[in-house]
Amino acid sequence: MKSAVIVFPGSNCDRDAHDAIARVTGEKPAMVWHQESALPDGTEFVMVPGGFSYGDYLRCGAMAGTSAIIPAVKAHAERGAPVLGVCNGFQILIETGLLPGALMRNADLLFVCEKTPLSVENGNTQFTSAYGGKRDLVIPVAHHDGNYFADEATLDRLEGNGQVVFRYGRNPNGSARDIAGIVNERGNVMGMMPHPERAVDEFHGGTDGLPVFESLLGSA
Amino acid sequence: MKARIHVYLKPGVLDPQGAAVAGALKNMGFDEVTAARQGKLIELDLDGSDTAAAEARVDEMCKRLLANPVIESYAVEIE
Repeated sequence: MKSAVIVFPGSNCDRDAHDAIARVTGEKPAMVWHQESALPDGTEFVMVPGGFSYGDYLRCGAMAGTSAIIPAVKAHAERGAPVLGVCNGFQILIETGLLPGALMRNADLLFVCEKTPLSVENGNTQFTSAYGGKRDLVIPVAHHDGNYFADEATLDRLEGNGQVVFRYGRNPNGSARDIAGIVNERGNVMGMMPHPERAVDEFHGGTDGLPVFESLLGSA
Repeated sequence: MKARIHVYLKPGVLDPQGAAVAGALKNMGFDEVTAARQGKLIELDLDGSDTAAAEARVDEMCKRLLANPVIESYAVEIE
């Protein structure tokens, strides 16, 4: 599977994303600088990695959401091809409008960095099929602004459509309805605050993130 | 011209930073503080002298970048 990882000034999980994708797909992803205006020909999967793009100035992900590469990422998503945003990548996908809601400052104002129990709420997405019914996971989080917010009608719609993909077992940030990850209505764009790319090797302390990448490989 | 843009969280959206500020003021003895909301002030220097045109342009800037309409409201002053 041909993959691309978008790199912004301040991205810091781009190499972890690269390694996780390379490990699972056997192919190194293209590292695409945010000032590019096109994805490499034949790109099937785009990952928007975590970090602190533009120093989190103004709002997390806001400035990155206006980058030159974003129209190409949007076009990729609009074709129905998979896009995964993790942490700051989730914030960026929300700021571009590819995913609904907002990610606000953690309710207790603390930067949270810990292994977090999660449940797979929808195992039938192209990002979660490889969990094979496994429901309880532990994947690390590391963020200051992961408090998912949307109005009640939007939250009800997300729940009703099965768009809530991951939920926290122990809410670390005040997120509405313990939401940790969502997909768009079409099911091809997922955003999540926990870092699956940091849980792909026993050396990381667990491999519960691997199936996210394995699911994508199976769907390509 | 100068544009002054106030961006603040919509009513009903939890503002943990505002709540922390209110808590700190109370701890200092400012008992009359019942709530605090924290926002942002953004000042822009603008070319041109057409206030109406500037207002429309700044409104577009707010919608596209400076505010997140899901959680924030904004108010613009041009002078």
